[in-house]
Amino acid sequence: MSEATTLEKPDLKIDQDEGNFSYPEDYAFDAGTGLTEKTIDYICEVKEDPDWVREFRKKALRIFREKPLPTHWASKDLENIHFDDFRYYLSKGAKPKRTWDEVPDDVKRTFERLGIPEKERAFLAGVEAQFDSEAAYSNIKKAVAEQGVIFVGSREGLKEHPEIFRKWFGKVIPTADNKFSALNSAVFSGGSFIYVPKGVKVKHPLQAYFRINAENFGQFERTLIIVDEGAELTYMEGCTAPKFDSVTLHSAVVELVAMKGAKLQYITVQNWSPNVFNLVTKRGLAHEESEIKWIDCNIGSRLTMKYPGVILKGRKARGEVLSIALANNGQHQDTGAKMIHAADETTSNIISKSISIGSGRATYRGLVHIPRHLKGCKNNTECDALLINTESRTDTYPAIVTRGEGNSVQHEASVSKVSAEQIFYMQQRGLSEGQAMSLSVNGFVNELVRQFPMEYSVELKRLIDLEMEGSVG
Amino acid sequence: MKSTLEIKGLKAAINGTEILHGLNLTVPKGEVHAIMGKNGSGKSTLAKVMAGHPDYEVTGGDVLLDGKTILGLDPDVRAREGLFLAFQYPSEIPGVTIANFMRAALNARRPEGQEVDAVEYYNELYKKMDLLKIDRSFTSRAVNDGFSGGEKKKNEILQMAMLEPKYAVLDETDSGLDIDALKIVSHGVNSLRGPKMGILVITHYQRLLDYIVPDVVHVMVDGRIVKSGPKELALEMEKKGYDWVENLATV
Repeated sequence: MSEATTLEKPDLKIDQDEGNFSYPEDYAFDAGTGLTEKTIDYICEVKEDPDWVREFRKKALRIFREKPLPTHWASKDLENIHFDDFRYYLSKGAKPKRTWDEVPDDVKRTFERLGIPEKERAFLAGVEAQFDSEAAYSNIKKAVAEQGVIFVGSREGLKEHPEIFRKWFGKVIPTADNKFSALNSAVFSGGSFIYVPKGVKVKHPLQAYFRINAENFGQFERTLIIVDEGAELTYMEGCTAPKFDSVTLHSAVVELVAMKGAKLQYITVQNWSPNVFNLVTKRGLAHEESEIKWIDCNIGSRLTMKYPGVILKGRKARGEVLSIALANNGQHQDTGAKMIHAADETTSNIISKSISIGSGRATYRGLVHIPRHLKGCKNNTECDALLINTESRTDTYPAIVTRGEGNSVQHEASVSKVSAEQIFYMQQRGLSEGQAMSLSVNGFVNELVRQFPMEYSVELKRLIDLEMEGSVG
Repeated sequence: MKSTLEIKGLKAAINGTEILHGLNLTVPKGEVHAIMGKNGSGKSTLAKVMAGHPDYEVTGGDVLLDGKTILGLDPDVRAREGLFLAFQYPSEIPGVTIANFMRAALNARRPEGQEVDAVEYYNELYKKMDLLKIDRSFTSRAVNDGFSGGEKKKNEILQMAMLEPKYAVLDETDSGLDIDALKIVSHGVNSLRGPKMGILVITHYQRLLDYIVPDVVHVMVDGRIVKSGPKELALEMEKKGYDWVENLATV
């Protein structure tokens, strides 16, 4: 089938207004468009960055300029990003909010649009929500603070806790890791800094709430989480974005550190509007007998490139990536996982589920590396793809490098299709075509979603319903 | 208002080939009718055309549910109007449990915001499952996924019991069933018989009709009903085979 006929599929329409949120903007601080040393100076001044951060940013800018786009292996669509057209810093100019009453109404409305129940909103007491570059709402639940947990924005983190912050900042993901990690390092603002002291098990998940709300505005959160020996933490990040006609760039860097015996779970459910480039670098460093788990759900965006990884540095460390990607018409989800085994008896598990609708394209890219000198390492990789229409596309690029003896890897992949017979069967029971597709897709991801915290699985189901409603004519 | 499922001069084709050549049949509410016919006579086509399968094109005639035509309606609308089809080959829906599927189907029949009460729903579901001698663990299994032939058919009848249609078409529900499963499934269907429902049983073999005793038997040959009669007609068919009615068709 030729490209032209693939794109002309009249019975598949997306309601472009569905799930989009937009609110009036009032920005006290605006760095203007384009990216130069002056932009960096502006950001540093507004944020009152210490000198070492200014130097860090400027070095990163040089690296960003030198590095080519990874179009030799990734999508040529990256060439459509015009870096000079973006604003690299915007701030509400307001101090982080402390109570629910002080949260802006438009943020509350977004919660409402997503259908988060009243009770859950109250439960979001441990929430750190971001309005554009700065935290609009930041409230550490008392109990958490009493346990000695630090949960602040990245800016506060680097200023008030430099002894922990500087030790790990940029160490898991070096500035020069890739062009977009360099970009983030140059202009980062917002994001969270969390430190969980030794032996502290944080009961409730901490939650961050991000969204973008300015045209031509790239958002560059920087999150650093350190969970000390024997401590445990679950962190949840949710994203919704308003719709704009021109391209929006999102490029976050998230670094996780799990010390000996620690457990760290990082959960993302994102629903970007279809014009967003979402190019994110996420990696964790797992010390001896620790466990790092990424749960990553990608819905929406024009192009998402994201491969959460774990460096299994200590003996018996364990890494896991569970991911779901949904690529609707015109969207490309290029996602996957990286597992770098660097110690004996380390184990990793990757389960990836992707759904392609209409002309949507889902790509799985995996990297599992087990060097020759290691013993007793294990990896399990499963990637399943579901195609909703015959012209949908899915590709799998698993790269598994295992050397040495006594290491084991397993790889399973499947591609399935929602058949016309299946839809007819469900329709015969009274479900509309959209409801039938929604149910099929939810069924496909069900087993994986069951491992998510309750509120996230409910939200994910709603997002899938919303996507599927819009995808049938 | 009429209380019948009425098929009038129905003609239908797939890929340009006509399969049904003007079929007439009326099933009044409260009765059980059986259609017997050889493979390829168009029995399953009739079932699918009534339910609105997109592969088939209706080229003539009408299908009326309580006097109103259902042709041109989407399959889900026909279902919500009260037409149920027990499939010969039910589809698998991986990851979707029977309990969730049935609940979604029931909610689709209700106005938004008036979803079925969970407690009532499970009471009802368990009651119907007991009737069909289905184990409780069944509800948490994915719809038809890895089911045996017998389990699939029991699941079809369970859905019929839960959805309480005005008219039910059972397409070769006996195929793939051993005698024990056949008895259970038949018992389930018989318990649903009553003045509120019209049932059309489609079968190749007379055996099913020993257990689900029809009020009227129709014989289908080459896309038409060629002979109708009381339940004894089924026995006659069994004895004489289809050859003697085929002669009727060509007359």
